[in-house]
Amino acid sequence: MTDDLNDDAINTDLLNADLLNTDILNPVEPFLRSDRIPHIWCPGCGIGTTVNSFARALIESKIDLGSLALVSGIGCTGRVAGYVKMDSFHTTHGRAIPFATGLKLANPKLNVVVYSGDGDLSAIGGNHLIHAARRNIDLKVICVNNLIYAMTGGQTAPTTPHHSTTSTNPYGVFESSFNLPHLVEAAGAVYVARWTTFHVRQLTRSINEAFQKKGFSFIEVISPCPTLYQRRNKMGDGLEAMKYYKEKSKIRHGAPTAEVGMTMTGEIIVGKFVDIERPDYQTMMRGQYQESLGERFVEQTEMVCS
Amino acid sequence: MKADPRGVLTGIHFMDGDHACCEGALAAGCRCAAGYPITPSTEVVERFASRVPTVGGTFIQMEDELAASITLQGMVWGGAKAFTVTSGPGFSLMMEHIGYAAMTETPCVFVDVQRGGPSTGLPTLPAQADMMQARWGSHGDYEVIALCPNSPQECFDLTIKAFNLAEEYRVPVMFMMDEVVGHMSEKVVIPAADQIEVVPRRHTHKSVEDYLPYGTNGDGVPEMAHAGEGYNFHVTGLTHDERGYPNMTLPIQDKLVRRLQSKILNAVDRITMFEAEQLEGADVVVVSYGITSRVAQRAIEAARKKGLKVGKFRLITAWPFPEKKIREIAAKVKAFVVPELNLGQMVREVERAANGQAKTYAVSHAGGGVHNPEDILKVIVEASR
Amino acid sequence: MAKGRVSIVVERCKACGFCVEFCPSHVLALSSAFNSKGYHPPHVVHPEKCSGCDLCGMYCPDFAICASKVDASGAPAKPGAKAEAVKGGKK
Repeated sequence: MTDDLNDDAINTDLLNADLLNTDILNPVEPFLRSDRIPHIWCPGCGIGTTVNSFARALIESKIDLGSLALVSGIGCTGRVAGYVKMDSFHTTHGRAIPFATGLKLANPKLNVVVYSGDGDLSAIGGNHLIHAARRNIDLKVICVNNLIYAMTGGQTAPTTPHHSTTSTNPYGVFESSFNLPHLVEAAGAVYVARWTTFHVRQLTRSINEAFQKKGFSFIEVISPCPTLYQRRNKMGDGLEAMKYYKEKSKIRHGAPTAEVGMTMTGEIIVGKFVDIERPDYQTMMRGQYQESLGERFVEQTEMVCS
Repeated sequence: MKADPRGVLTGIHFMDGDHACCEGALAAGCRCAAGYPITPSTEVVERFASRVPTVGGTFIQMEDELAASITLQGMVWGGAKAFTVTSGPGFSLMMEHIGYAAMTETPCVFVDVQRGGPSTGLPTLPAQADMMQARWGSHGDYEVIALCPNSPQECFDLTIKAFNLAEEYRVPVMFMMDEVVGHMSEKVVIPAADQIEVVPRRHTHKSVEDYLPYGTNGDGVPEMAHAGEGYNFHVTGLTHDERGYPNMTLPIQDKLVRRLQSKILNAVDRITMFEAEQLEGADVVVVSYGITSRVAQRAIEAARKKGLKVGKFRLITAWPFPEKKIREIAAKVKAFVVPELNLGQMVREVERAANGQAKTYAVSHAGGGVHNPEDILKVIVEASR
Repeated sequence: MAKGRVSIVVERCKACGFCVEFCPSHVLALSSAFNSKGYHPPHVVHPEKCSGCDLCGMYCPDFAICASKVDASGAPAKPGAKAEAVKGGKK
């Protein structure tokens, strides 16, 4: 890093208020719980970058923030819920999706986002992931995949590439890893995309597209974990990972998801893989009740409990 | 507030406890449920699945109890009253989320129609062996309220009470049925909706700027908001401060966890429900709950016919345990006799509360059936000596 | 006159280097100064080259930097209308 330091005319005057240009408002700031920033994520961690892309998607999509709820699980990405200024729920490990399902069923007007990590969503949460996709529950799932269990110190996740080193596979991972887009497509998701934290603009666009869609949307974002995955595998820091994403990503929209599995050092296929139409769970539920019950069917009105 | 008539099946019915419990939930204003099938509880949600599309609400059968127990909490934060229903093995799976409900102060009801255990045990036969689990099943320090109906009528009435207590104290309430009460059919009178008192959600009226999601009011119970109302609140299972923000420090932990405990324990007198009979001048008091209380009644009457002075104390709320009441009684009687369909659970609480002032006799039963009244009578006689 | 201007919240920076790397105009470099956490925040070494594209802002994981297009006088272009609207909520 020291190579990057420009020594010309450097002094602490740089930190003066006049030079901070506080008349420029960060467009993302209103979406953050500023009283809790700086956040806990490591230097070079990509989660914050995904939150940036997410916030910009909220701006572009003009979504009514009052109708938005964000649900996360446990893990580094799970902490996103605590940093965004909206109705947010930091739930239990693996169970963000069923909690989000409950929110959506009780109040169908809500736009419910699930924002969680690869371990949380595909290991302990795997069962809920596939069933929600099967049912096509109207959820927008952002899965930040840093290929590891970061929060707890770098253990193997179902997404950790074969041959990499983790704290619970100190001699190298000998399992195959999940190809999440393939898994989720097979389970029934109507929108499946993968980007990396390098693809900030495309990620914003994908999140925006997911907001326009009804049904189970899944966006995987490959993100660096410099402290654990990168360091243990001698892959440099967060910036090195970002350069790797830039160099080794190939955008292939519509690629068959069976072909987008990741390896430790291979290319990363990114893009929008699946974008289909299928009635969502609530549409099918109401349709079935209308058909079976006819006039006896009573629509769920706003929950009146107070 | 009065019950919403759309959910009240007013009339005189002949139904079993499981079905009555479902009607109680609907009468209480519950319009959402998430469940997973498990004998002998399944009928509760089967009926709910059948009833709720004609009343206006949602039932979803989730992929497992882990999901059901948290989906119902999402339903609550989305604005509904919600519950789930299970038995032993499912109850065990739900424990993490019972703790989450306690920590986040999510008002909801967990129905456990107890069956023989441990493990898969006796799926179609009764037991009362989850009573301690109802209180201590999740990790950490927290309080719950637990109710024990002993008839289908009580399955209706007390389910409404369970929802009311959940809303009043923002706490998960354990509804501890057993397989016999769940599967026995008796007369159930469901009154008109305007005869049914229902406690509404303690929703805040504060502005967005002033609202604190976990700000304590006088009684230690915070006001609630729902997702989608513009409050931009945060809920977490991490130790949190009044803003709901994670604050994992010793003073905040102390303040929070003690408040979760005190909001219930300070209200023990208001929460406690029991049925007492002939405590005055009693030598022996039989403490029982659920189906066992029906069998114990036979034994008590037989003992009184023998000339013994036997009082009855039926726990309707098992948790928080009515320590003070038991201690008062203990000062005046020779002994307690505690029949349960387990190898000794609530008897430990009775003994603890009695504090040596009276003897305590357990009448244990490994489960799978109800006691023989003679077995309870035998112990009453022995305790009276 | 530069088309854009950068704003840096020094205390939030963790010196990851993304902004420096991905600025298409190479406007930034990490300074040798440091913030209270000991990180070297970036500083603007070529202000005249800033186009206000805000890629730095998009990449920053710490919400520590952003850029805005500026008009001829150097004042920032109006912030997005949505950014203002978000402050609302139920009263």
